[in-house]
Amino acid sequence: MKLVIKTATKPGSTRANKTGAWRSFMPVFDHKLCSKCGICAIYCPEGIVFKLENGYFEPDYEYCKGCGICANECPKKAIKMVLEGK
Amino acid sequence: MSLLKPGHRGCAGCCDALAGKFVLDAIGEDCIVVSPTGCLEVFTTPYPESAWGVPWIHSLFENAAAVASGVEAALKSLGKKNNTKVIAIGGDGATLDIGLQAISGAFERGHDFTYICVDNEAYMNTGIQRSGATPLYASTTTSPAGKVSFGNPLHKKNMPAIIAAHGSPYVATASIAYAPDMMKKVKKATEIKGPTYVHVHAPCCTGWKFESSKTIEVGRLAVETALWPLYEMENGVVTNVRKLKNRKPVEEYLKMQGRFKHLFTMEGGLEEIKKIQAIADWNVKHFGLE
Amino acid sequence: MRKSMVVVEGSYAVAHAVKVCKPNVISAYPITPQTHIVEDLAQFAADGEMNCEYMNVESEFSAISALIGASAAGARTYSSTTSQGLALMHEALFNASGMRLPIVMTVVNRALSAPINIWNDQQDSISQRDTGWIQLYAEDVQEAADMTPQLYKLAENEDILLPAMSCMDGFILSHVYEPVILLEQSLTDEFLPAYNPEFVLDPKNPMSFGAFADPSTYTEFRYKQEKAMGVALGKIEEIANEFKDIYGRYYGGLIDGYVLDDAEIVIMAMGSVIGTIKDTIDVLRSEGESVGLLKVRSFRPFPRDAIRAALKNAKVVITLDKNISIGKNEGALCTEVKACLYNTDTRVPVIGFMLGHGGRDIPISMIKKLINKAKLVEKGIFVESEYADLREDLA
Ligand SMILES: Cc1ncc(C[n+]2csc(CCOP(=O)(O)OP(=O)(O)O)c2C)c(N)n1
Ligand code: SF4
Ligand code: SF4
Ligand code: SF4
Ligand SMILES: [Mg+2]
Repeated sequence: MKLVIKTATKPGSTRANKTGAWRSFMPVFDHKLCSKCGICAIYCPEGIVFKLENGYFEPDYEYCKGCGICANECPKKAIKMVLEGK
Repeated sequence: MSLLKPGHRGCAGCCDALAGKFVLDAIGEDCIVVSPTGCLEVFTTPYPESAWGVPWIHSLFENAAAVASGVEAALKSLGKKNNTKVIAIGGDGATLDIGLQAISGAFERGHDFTYICVDNEAYMNTGIQRSGATPLYASTTTSPAGKVSFGNPLHKKNMPAIIAAHGSPYVATASIAYAPDMMKKVKKATEIKGPTYVHVHAPCCTGWKFESSKTIEVGRLAVETALWPLYEMENGVVTNVRKLKNRKPVEEYLKMQGRFKHLFTMEGGLEEIKKIQAIADWNVKHFGLE
Repeated sequence: MRKSMVVVEGSYAVAHAVKVCKPNVISAYPITPQTHIVEDLAQFAADGEMNCEYMNVESEFSAISALIGASAAGARTYSSTTSQGLALMHEALFNASGMRLPIVMTVVNRALSAPINIWNDQQDSISQRDTGWIQLYAEDVQEAADMTPQLYKLAENEDILLPAMSCMDGFILSHVYEPVILLEQSLTDEFLPAYNPEFVLDPKNPMSFGAFADPSTYTEFRYKQEKAMGVALGKIEEIANEFKDIYGRYYGGLIDGYVLDDAEIVIMAMGSVIGTIKDTIDVLRSEGESVGLLKVRSFRPFPRDAIRAALKNAKVVITLDKNISIGKNEGALCTEVKACLYNTDTRVPVIGFMLGHGGRDIPISMIKKLINKAKLVEKGIFVESEYADLREDLA
């Protein structure tokens, strides 16, 4: 690694750090219950819940920390927090 | 994808991350952000990484407004200001306490910039010590509840009023629990010429001691109990308030948070809660929330 | 007096030098004896003579902080302060240097409180020695003015990128009216290229500045600052010579000697006292005494090799310090000169004299007295370091 003086760093480069490893509970999205409102995407602190081509939403598990905000905020209770590895 | 990129080290459920994301997504790419020292700064930029998708600078804890005013002056002098927005995003400690003088100077000078305070009501980065924004009776590591104390004995400083008194053309309060409202206000603030201010309430799961999934729910309750009124001020006059239909008692907000737990367990605690209810009642009257 | 010379106040000469360097952003806070510099600059701005943002900030801390932002955004920046103001900047001085921002600042040297005192010594800038700023000390008004474009050129060099202080003694230089040559705009444009940094705050290329460095990288950031100081060490002389080629004036690079080569007693000092020392030496030389002067122009970077070479033949060295490290009973120049000689074969006694603190006058008679003390070394009477000008009735 070459040090860049001015302690300058590249934009968006935290993406190298896969925070999915922090997770102990995993949000599981049930499309059957989903109304496609997008609230889960808005309130995800990692900004990693994305709209699929079919209009449903899914998180990027590489970064999802399992905070559970999406599940708590989903008006349709379409997201369940499931213990990792179960 | 948001302009605040994932991979940052904010706690799961972090309020500051949400605030940062909403600010950037409201403004877009054409901005320069200044962050003072604090959680948001530290967890987004561990060298050589950065979560910021826009130009960003951190200098010190107490000088973000001065740095931002220098950035603005430089852009003007170099003929590069155009539509580029200059934004400072500071914590409550950086804003209400140690950085207050620099903020006052920058607002007095009238720089074209927007200062956003992300108010998680304590110094979170250093371990939940009290700040001038810590509300009455919150237990923090430097204002702990104890046998003879109900926690922080002081009232929250009214920062929006202080900024409004500087003659700022636009001052607004917002909450991360009301994302569309917050983003609208941030955008509006950046579009109004001159020094503008948005004070964002940001419940911190780690510091306030509630489950990470409840960040938004707690934020909503602060608004619904009238402890955090949402309003806009233009040229010192309140021009818009978010009305409350079914105002909730403050207990509903307090009981969700470990930092107020002692009020429900200590002798005389429930009596003290009345003082917090009185703050909410005052807000309702003062801002005409009902 | 040469034809192109004008008699102006020292502060005006410096303000004028700043103007011709065309800074984009000036940010400062008034404090005696720096006030005239920033007032003159404000007048230039008010008269439309400068195309620059002149910021009236609410403190020195914000003055330097604003320049940190401005410099990171690509501006050429300037400030001036002294004493309490410089002390108030302390934390941000480290920050400016660590972020490699080539801010240039005139420090109008003044004593620090308490007791509060507005007169000259150099405790203020010496106390900022380790902040990573280049520090040059001016001997007279012309040098203080001329140092300004030299420091911009040095600081903005892409292999250096360090902030720089031009230190001039308060009142003695800032308030004196002297004949000087005001820096010509055309020559300055020729001497000083525009500032075009590689990385700036720019939405089209969104870099992050001021990241958090953990133990795995912090050391290397500091090391790179030290390396940059090393580059500056080589460039100061070079830039002084370039300046000479264009403007025809030269004051030494890192150091400068005055009848030094054969001198048995060498006096070392920084700043305006150099003038008094030269006058003293002229008298003593005419009386046949072997006395010379070694002027230290660059205190940071510290010119270790140059000083070692210059002191090779000295029999006794005297250092004059307008500062003290309380608890060491020694001034900074004394400490550093001794340290720089230790690992050499040069075995020369170094006597430290502290004097001129809080504006106490340093007359020729004082310099003579110190030279006489130096002669006692031959007789085995040696003081390590002492106040030279204590009032016995108060001490
Ligand atoms: C001059 C100075 N004093 C103290 C600190 C230590 N410090 C760093 S961040 C911080 C608290 C930040 O609190 P706040 O502004 O509320 O931001 P938060 O971390 O809560 O988001 C403190 C006390 C510092 N960095 N600099
Ligand atoms: S919040 Fe729930 S209902 Fe709305 S899009 Fe997400 S999963 Fe679907
Ligand atoms: S659990 Fe948290 S981090 Fe994961 S997708 Fe839901 S909101 Fe985002
Ligand atoms: S302590 Fe609070 S503000 Fe800081 S990273 Fe954790 S959740 Fe975010
Ligand atoms: Mg805080």
